[in-house]
Amino acid sequence: MNKQLKKTISLAAMALGAASMVIALILDFMRSDVSYRGGLLIVGAVLLIAGVYLLPTRKHRSIINVLFLFPLIFAFAVTVLIPFACGIFYSLTDWNGIKFNNFVGLGNYITMFKSKDYVYSFVVTFIFTVINMLSVNLVAFGLALLCTSKVKGRNLYRAAYFLPNLIGGIVLGYVWQFIFNKVFTSVIAGSVSMLTDPNLAIAAILIVSTWQYAGYIMMIYVTGLQSVPKDVLEASNVDGANQIMTLLKIKVPMIANTFTVCIFLTLVNSFKQFDLNLAITNGAPSRILGGKPVQSTEFLALNIYNTAIGKNQYALGQTKAVVFFIILAVVSLTQVTISKKKEVEM
Amino acid sequence: MKAQKIRTGIAEVVGIIVMIVVLAPFLLVVLNSAKTSGDIVISPISFPENWGQMFTNLSNVINNQSFNYWSSFFSSLFITAVSLILLTLFSSMAAWVLVRNKTKWSNFIFMLFVSAMVIPFQVVMLPLLSTFRETSNFLGIQMLQSYKGIIFAYMGFGGSMSVFILHGFVKGIPYELEEAAWIDGCSPEGTFFRIIFPLLKPVQVTVLILNGIWIWNDYLLPSLMLGLNGRIKTLPVAVSSFVGSYVKQWDLILSAALLAMIPIVILFLFAQKQIIQGMVDGAIK
Repeated sequence: MNKQLKKTISLAAMALGAASMVIALILDFMRSDVSYRGGLLIVGAVLLIAGVYLLPTRKHRSIINVLFLFPLIFAFAVTVLIPFACGIFYSLTDWNGIKFNNFVGLGNYITMFKSKDYVYSFVVTFIFTVINMLSVNLVAFGLALLCTSKVKGRNLYRAAYFLPNLIGGIVLGYVWQFIFNKVFTSVIAGSVSMLTDPNLAIAAILIVSTWQYAGYIMMIYVTGLQSVPKDVLEASNVDGANQIMTLLKIKVPMIANTFTVCIFLTLVNSFKQFDLNLAITNGAPSRILGGKPVQSTEFLALNIYNTAIGKNQYALGQTKAVVFFIILAVVSLTQVTISKKKEVEM
Repeated sequence: MKAQKIRTGIAEVVGIIVMIVVLAPFLLVVLNSAKTSGDIVISPISFPENWGQMFTNLSNVINNQSFNYWSSFFSSLFITAVSLILLTLFSSMAAWVLVRNKTKWSNFIFMLFVSAMVIPFQVVMLPLLSTFRETSNFLGIQMLQSYKGIIFAYMGFGGSMSVFILHGFVKGIPYELEEAAWIDGCSPEGTFFRIIFPLLKPVQVTVLILNGIWIWNDYLLPSLMLGLNGRIKTLPVAVSSFVGSYVKQWDLILSAALLAMIPIVILFLFAQKQIIQGMVDGAIK
């Protein structure tokens, strides 16, 4: 009886849900403007799902599997997979953000590599990424050694060093813009702001980026250093190794994996730097290159944003983004290969 | 022994100096949000003469039309909270199904999630905007400038990493537990919600923290989907649009920055250990 009732309810819900979805879709295809068609579609989908869930059948387990996977995969497909596929296609057309008229093949890619501002941005981003990776890791490793030594108050230090990483790059960027423009110029009387010189402005972003990020990487190193077994350290102590020897011959080799993680994490994140770049300099100041002004501190992420949103060149911006993706994919694949190799050795 | 002591002493001094350098920008924000804009220009590093000025500045900023602190604070809170709840729930469900069904398909879907972690936001943002605009027009479901749109987007973007982290953890849960529940007559969804879901708690904290910090601070996605001057603003977007309309008025900008920082600093004071642990775990996995 109960089963029968459940089956009836289930079938009714499924039928009602399907019907309202069909009506909503018919309205959509008739280009109707009625405001309830969106709600109708959602309610219909929910009813249909509820009906399928209640259906008493032997395949209940399979139904649950599908229903459990559906929400996340649906969101993932609509927000990541479909736009990703569209994006690669759009980079081959003259897309203007709404529609495209012609297929232009690799035309966008050729235009892109011919434009000076892009090539410049590419070079600057690479320089920034490499220097930032080095400075963040050096500072972070140094601080990690400090925080794992017997210093008093090391827990306080850890928390303090970690704090900048929790606040968004946009807010911090504006604060640092203030520091560079007002505080430094007032402390060193008569000096001009670092942000007015192309090279110093990049150095300024490097400073802020290291300041913000080193605390986070430090904590990863701290976790690595703490995982070195105590008996190994004791053994080296008994054998008469001093602290520097212990560090170089025992700790560093034992946390090689942590180094790989940290190096690639900083590489990827520096390469994707956007928030600080936007808030501190927004690409300024300009620099004359071959008789033409280019934005001297415009990293790739900001360059993509400005090309598409600022200059309304959607297809070109999308093309730059595809190249951006390819570089990141290569870097990540390298990381995977290196870690796999290490695992085999161990 | 003496050398050891000196070394510790030096380490301590270095530690304190670095701490001062790291915290100095925060101190400068606090000091200068208690000054008038004239005083800031004259001496940005001195202590303020009158701390009462801070309340004037803060209340100016809070009541400002283009910043609208409380409304942006609650928008940020709402978006972050709902996205986190849905993300944790749905990615736990998906991870469980993917681990417990060893088929070609579940393997394929998992690999898809994992490889999508490489995809940077920049490569999907432009098509995403146009897809959402088209969908809104066609289906009549408002996806841009709406809560449901941005929460849906965060589910999609946060999903791959969350599934990846949870997947590894579910693997470690013995299958015998589920078999026992199943023999006792528990339905599959009951098994999941009564047995597996509570066991996932430690790793769900990691997922919550990683995604929470990211969503709360994210600028690019809300600025594109909600617009810089839209009806709904998150805190980073509000700060940015405020700075745009009050260029160089540092007293107001720094007060706005202070207001934007306070919530997360308070949270950090209370849940320091969990936050650091969560973010480190997320990086290592």
